[in-house]
Amino acid sequence: MNLKNKTLRETICMITENHLKKFKTMVFGQNLLGVGQVDKTLPKHLKEQDGIIDLPMADVAGGGIVTGAALANKSRPFYIIRYQGYNWFNMIFIINYACKSKAIWKLPCPIWIRGIASEGNIGPVAGSSHISQFYKMPGIKIFSPINSKEYSDIYKNFLKDDDVYYISEHRKTYSNTEIIKNRYFKKPDVTLMLNSITRHAVNDIERHFKNYKNLKLGIINLFKLKPLILSKKEKEMLKNTSKKIIICDNDYVDGLPSIISAKINKLTNCKIDLMGLRNKTAGHHSKNDVLPPNSSDIIKKIETII
Amino acid sequence: MEKILTSTLYKASICREFEKKIYKLIERKKISFPVYFSSGQEYVACTIAATLKEKKIKPMLFGQHRGHSIYIGFGGNLKKLALEFSGNKNGTTYGMGGSLGIHSENINMFGHDGFMGSNVCIGVGASFISKKPAIIFMGDAAFEEDYVLASVSWIAKKKIPVLLIVEDNNFAITTSKKERRDWSVKNISKAFGIDSFDINDDPRQIYKNLKNYNFKKPRLINIHTNRLFWHSGAGIDNLKTFDRLKIEKKKLGRKGETIYKKAINEVDKIFNKIHEFKK
Repeated sequence: MNLKNKTLRETICMITENHLKKFKTMVFGQNLLGVGQVDKTLPKHLKEQDGIIDLPMADVAGGGIVTGAALANKSRPFYIIRYQGYNWFNMIFIINYACKSKAIWKLPCPIWIRGIASEGNIGPVAGSSHISQFYKMPGIKIFSPINSKEYSDIYKNFLKDDDVYYISEHRKTYSNTEIIKNRYFKKPDVTLMLNSITRHAVNDIERHFKNYKNLKLGIINLFKLKPLILSKKEKEMLKNTSKKIIICDNDYVDGLPSIISAKINKLTNCKIDLMGLRNKTAGHHSKNDVLPPNSSDIIKKIETII
Repeated sequence: MEKILTSTLYKASICREFEKKIYKLIERKKISFPVYFSSGQEYVACTIAATLKEKKIKPMLFGQHRGHSIYIGFGGNLKKLALEFSGNKNGTTYGMGGSLGIHSENINMFGHDGFMGSNVCIGVGASFISKKPAIIFMGDAAFEEDYVLASVSWIAKKKIPVLLIVEDNNFAITTSKKERRDWSVKNISKAFGIDSFDINDDPRQIYKNLKNYNFKKPRLINIHTNRLFWHSGAGIDNLKTFDRLKIEKKKLGRKGETIYKKAINEVDKIFNKIHEFKK
């Protein structure tokens, strides 16, 4: 699969079409064939006869239906949850059946779930990331890729694996072609651990601190969330960070940032700060919205530390 | 019909005797997890199994609580079921599933997770993608779950080859139907466009309903039946509860007695071999 210069959107389309052909399976979700094809992440020419299945607007049942589909003929169906806020409904049977099926009945039930996050004027329910509520449960793997290479690598692992994969996508990353790399220092002053949409802040942050000659700012891109996989080099950097580790995410601070923090706490004596959504219910109007930290928020935070 | 009646009595009797043994083990505190008894309702699954066996149809099976009769009726291995109650790794569900998670590849029975009615959505998805026939068993309370109603609607829309069996014992835990709703399962299902029936657990009625059914279209049968024990075997509703098995055994006279004794021996043989229960 040639991914060079491909947007994440194009890669998702390509993977979906190949997957449908290879496994003669189905992509389930609501309003998949309607206008927009899920922000153009489904190939427009694919219809119901090709395996794109519009489910009824019954989110709890939908998760059960796709679980049954995965169970029956091991065809690795895809399931699209258009707003992660709907995870609360959609994930009930996936978490309690598909994710436990291998442990209880020795019957794997692999599903590729695409849960889409977005923020900005979308109100108290649909906005932000909603993966922390089922992060604690066994039998699920969670990733948050933001570019074609990450997405494609995770998909290749899925084909070799028999667990449920939850792919936490973000609408604002679909046009992305950039591969954002980690920045390593032996003994950084500050290490940023960025997840999902907050990863896009990295260029602004680096540009801003370009002239701060003495600042060693380590960057770790988080996307292998559960299990939380950190390379030896990443662990070393966290261990040797002198002033602060900052975890940035588009979930509430009591959600995923706290979970990640608890996990890396064992690796380091360095203090950890969390930057996520404020502990406040979002309103629809911009004045009352609750948004993830952007580059200027993160820059301000770093400035207070240094 | 006679063959159906005798084979159904045999399976139902095994189920009853099996559960009597389990009940004693609960009293002796050998089993400490909740057990969901089929006692009183055995004729539903056992008659359906005998009818489909005659028709040589082997559907996927999705049961839930009170599913021992599905497993036994459709020919599940009795020893494996007994071992499951002892937590043995050779049990139906490797000692993991308990009473409601019974799973068997041999009889195409898929385990249940414990969420009442989840088997309806899951069975619908399995049948939709594979185009294979499925029977989904549920209680009258499970049909009230919102996700069950949504799934039943989709069965109708997509003409999924599913037979829905509602084992209607009138109770949700101890709340009766009239306290819970003013509609009938049959009418709701019919409104969705599914061929729907309301019968009792007389094996003749069940057989008559299914003898020409070939899973070409979805169908729902609400079958009135009676439980002998509460939801998890904690107690009983009424000592005078109508008992289908007793009636059918009586109707078959001496033959019925012989069949029942054979079932007792079969169950005894199994339990005598299980070391954990002998202690």
